[in-house]
Amino acid sequence: MLDLYSPGTSPLHRLSPGPKMLVLMIGATALFLNESLPITVGALCGVLLLYPVAQLTLKQAWQQIRPLLWIFALFFALQWWFSGIALAAYVVLRLAALILLASLVTLTTRSSDMIETMTWALGFLRPLGVNPAKVGLAISLALRFIPVLAQIAQEVREAQKARGLERSVLAVAMPVAIRTIKMADDISDAIESRGYRP
Amino acid sequence: MIEITNVSLAYGQRTVLRDISLTLSERRIAIVGANGSGKSSFARLLNGLLLPSEGTVKVDGLDTRSHGKDVRRKVGFVFQNPDNQIVFPVVEEDLAFGMKNLGFTKDTIAAKTTEILTRYDMLDLREHPAHLLSGGQKQLLAISGVLVMDPAYVVLDEPTTLLDLRNKRRITRAIDALDQTVIIASHDLDLLGDYDRVIVFDEGGIVADDVPGKAIPFYVNRMS
Repeated sequence: MLDLYSPGTSPLHRLSPGPKMLVLMIGATALFLNESLPITVGALCGVLLLYPVAQLTLKQAWQQIRPLLWIFALFFALQWWFSGIALAAYVVLRLAALILLASLVTLTTRSSDMIETMTWALGFLRPLGVNPAKVGLAISLALRFIPVLAQIAQEVREAQKARGLERSVLAVAMPVAIRTIKMADDISDAIESRGYRP
Repeated sequence: MIEITNVSLAYGQRTVLRDISLTLSERRIAIVGANGSGKSSFARLLNGLLLPSEGTVKVDGLDTRSHGKDVRRKVGFVFQNPDNQIVFPVVEEDLAFGMKNLGFTKDTIAAKTTEILTRYDMLDLREHPAHLLSGGQKQLLAISGVLVMDPAYVVLDEPTTLLDLRNKRRITRAIDALDQTVIIASHDLDLLGDYDRVIVFDEGGIVADDVPGKAIPFYVNRMS
């Protein structure tokens, strides 16, 4: 969701976020309720077939999976060890199908549209004192600032490494925390400056 | 017109600004001063992000203390570090944020987004992730996010400090071309030659307030 959206004009891009997120929820639940390996393989193939429909390549599908290969390998090894190869294949393929389905939604939906839908969907929590708009803004901020925080952490790590403090967790954590708190003040001012009324 | 009357600002025991009185009516006004001189705090007073401990700040007659939201509508603020100002993950989403807050329609938001991105030659970056923009592009996006809200005044807090020479020139050109009244806090004296007025801050007070030809040499001399 960080920079996953791939602009396009496919039917999946044009579909509003609500139905896509609903299908994701139902699909994910069905995948977890299902215990059949052939159905799981079928679901995975079905999801992969949707990628060309969304004007996306199978390479893009692979890019969603690749960073998680080590987790797949770990799950596969553990399941094979404890429960046999069939169950190991089932668990890993189910996870892959789920990730590819979720990625398909984020690749074809702008984060702002998704957040707007989440904000609307959270409306039922209003009587409990939850402000859906605030939740939506919090999600946006999280998405926006994860890469910024990663960059700050990288800068601090490099600075401490240059001073021979590469093994000190505290030497990295403290400056990152201080910069983050300072940044949070500015962000809060920026949001206020831009007319936000909670 | 912005009227600052007997303004002091303190954080606890520390006084940041002391008894400032000014009327800002020129089109291009610069605030210069050493680090810690109070110029950034002064800039934040102008759109009500900070409220004075004593005295009043009025923008076109609106007191920042009682009409903070209306003042912020009139006075856009550009921060030193655009990363702290861009609050949405994608360029067009970030531009839309301020406009949505002001209740603009979807069509207006789309039209203004296209107009501002075209102005800064960034239309192809409309759906680009904000964190992958260059430093100059981020600063232009931050400025754009303010301009689409149609402010009458734009306050910029050291907008070129984090930029390389090429991007600094790009941002300078963008600022020079603004129709709005510009109030800029800056260390970058090259920017300010054509300004109408330069106000020099030191230790929370004003030590010079003049045309650039007089105020800048005074400041340079004071800093030597």
